[in-house]
Amino acid sequence: MSSSLAVSTKLNLQAHPVDEVGIRERVARLATRSIKKASKVEGLKLALSMVDLTTLEGADTPGKVRQLCTKAIHLHSGRKDLPMVAAVCVYPTMVRIAREALQGTPIQVAAVATAFPSGMNPLAVKLEDTRYAVAEGAHEIDMVISRGDFLRGDYARVADEIGQVKGACGKAHLKVILETGELGTLDRVRLASDIAMQSGADFIKTSTGKIQPAATPEVVLVMLQAISDFYRKTGKRIGMKPAGGIANAKAALNLLIMVREVLGPAWLTPSLFRIGASKLPNDMLMQLEKERTGVYQGLDYFSND
Amino acid sequence: MSGNGVNKKSGRLDVRKTYKMLIGGAFVRSESGRALDVNAPGGKWLGHVCRASRKDFRNAVVAARKAASGWANTTPYLKGQILYRAAEMLEGRATTFREVLQSIGFSPSAAKTEVTQAIDLLVYYAGWADKYLQIFGSVNPVSSPYFNFSVTEPMGVVAYVSGEKRPLLDLVSGIAPIVAGGNTVITLSTGRAAVAAMELGEVLATSDFPHGVINLLCGLREELVGQMATHMDVNALVTQGADAKECAASRGACALNLKRFFPREANGKGDEDPYRILDTVEIKTTWHPVGG
Repeated sequence: MSSSLAVSTKLNLQAHPVDEVGIRERVARLATRSIKKASKVEGLKLALSMVDLTTLEGADTPGKVRQLCTKAIHLHSGRKDLPMVAAVCVYPTMVRIAREALQGTPIQVAAVATAFPSGMNPLAVKLEDTRYAVAEGAHEIDMVISRGDFLRGDYARVADEIGQVKGACGKAHLKVILETGELGTLDRVRLASDIAMQSGADFIKTSTGKIQPAATPEVVLVMLQAISDFYRKTGKRIGMKPAGGIANAKAALNLLIMVREVLGPAWLTPSLFRIGASKLPNDMLMQLEKERTGVYQGLDYFSND
Repeated sequence: MSGNGVNKKSGRLDVRKTYKMLIGGAFVRSESGRALDVNAPGGKWLGHVCRASRKDFRNAVVAARKAASGWANTTPYLKGQILYRAAEMLEGRATTFREVLQSIGFSPSAAKTEVTQAIDLLVYYAGWADKYLQIFGSVNPVSSPYFNFSVTEPMGVVAYVSGEKRPLLDLVSGIAPIVAGGNTVITLSTGRAAVAAMELGEVLATSDFPHGVINLLCGLREELVGQMATHMDVNALVTQGADAKECAASRGACALNLKRFFPREANGKGDEDPYRILDTVEIKTTWHPVGG
């Protein structure tokens, strides 16, 4: 396709060496912030409204997806003060089921596409995968970059693929998964972020959740800085989605702190910041229930899905 | 001792022990950094022990919950072997324990009795570990073509508040039936008993108990019992030597979250009693079609 070259030639890849020690120090410093009581409750509710509730198992069934959608709408029974999550993230074949289950709600349906999670398929298949998911009704597409091509140094091809998938998305928003656990260094994370943003990503996303380590605070900070630099240069606000390995409410609040510190309050909205998670919401709900009742909670009392 | 810490008698540095709590298989200080003084009965200062915070307790609950399903599914035979192993380890360190007990006011003979009884108690419950199921479970006669079984299942995470009168024995007599029943446990030892409890941590840590099955805390009773009673992820609370006021408060708090509560007298009666295991297991009854 001729348009592909047009995308890759526009790449402007300046080296942005990442100071790993500095990043680690800043992450550690930000992690010492303690958020308590009323601010914690507000923070957790905000974080819940940014969750992409995810199920990406080979064993997913329509029943399980419907159950997840119910959870996306009603996070915890008996509480009317909780927001709905931002989106439900599923495989393309489950998009239609999720759309039906979420009808009448503002919750978006995101589909992983482009031969998720490895991305090891020909471009034509990836594009078809994307078009299928969009035709099924996906509002958002989570694509994976070709890590093999990236690590070989074939940045043009990576950029080209992102550009073409963006084209296949139509109106759907595109989130580009860098799979930082396979990139190795923070320098490469920064480079991959720059490529993705220049090639048409609406969001950049850390991980598929299938590889460890996933969304480490260091990686998130580097990506946030890349977004910040991109905004300053182009005036365009790119979204951020950490996903995978965000274990508890505290980690989620720390993410909000990082976003606030690096990008400012404009990014603290579900349209520019998402958290990909499946088990995390329960931990946040346990914390919220603790604040409400004064009693520490157990998972027995929260829906398991 | 001279200024540089060298013991004048032996000519070498004293290796002084820091007593630490056992949480999730790791020996830790309290996250709060707080410590308590432990004094001998005459008032002589013996040293510091940790003063567990509520956060330490919550961390222990997380560790115990993580270990719960693995320990519940460990074969009863292996549970017995591990308890027996604990007896072996305690036997090997009997002298140390006698010294520890004497340092907190026990006579040599009383210390010896306490340590010996604690070892025997571990052996006793090691024996019950693969036998209580047959005694407390049953095949029930029903007048339809079904088998009807009642079987025991562990409750899950149990909190245990140990007494101070018998520092070692109160602790062992609490832990052994709880873990023999397949539960994981978080214990609290207070006052002078804390020293013996933290010493026991080293025995339990080398007995093959998976990390998190037994978690030992020491601190203040009034600070932590309320937390143990209200925490929704703790399935049962067993206390020793609680006064009427504490009992009433714990009973009320446990009722709110349907937690089992077993206050025990600190008189040592009934240490060897399989019904102690029954306290922290549930009986589940199931139906199964004959020939199905």
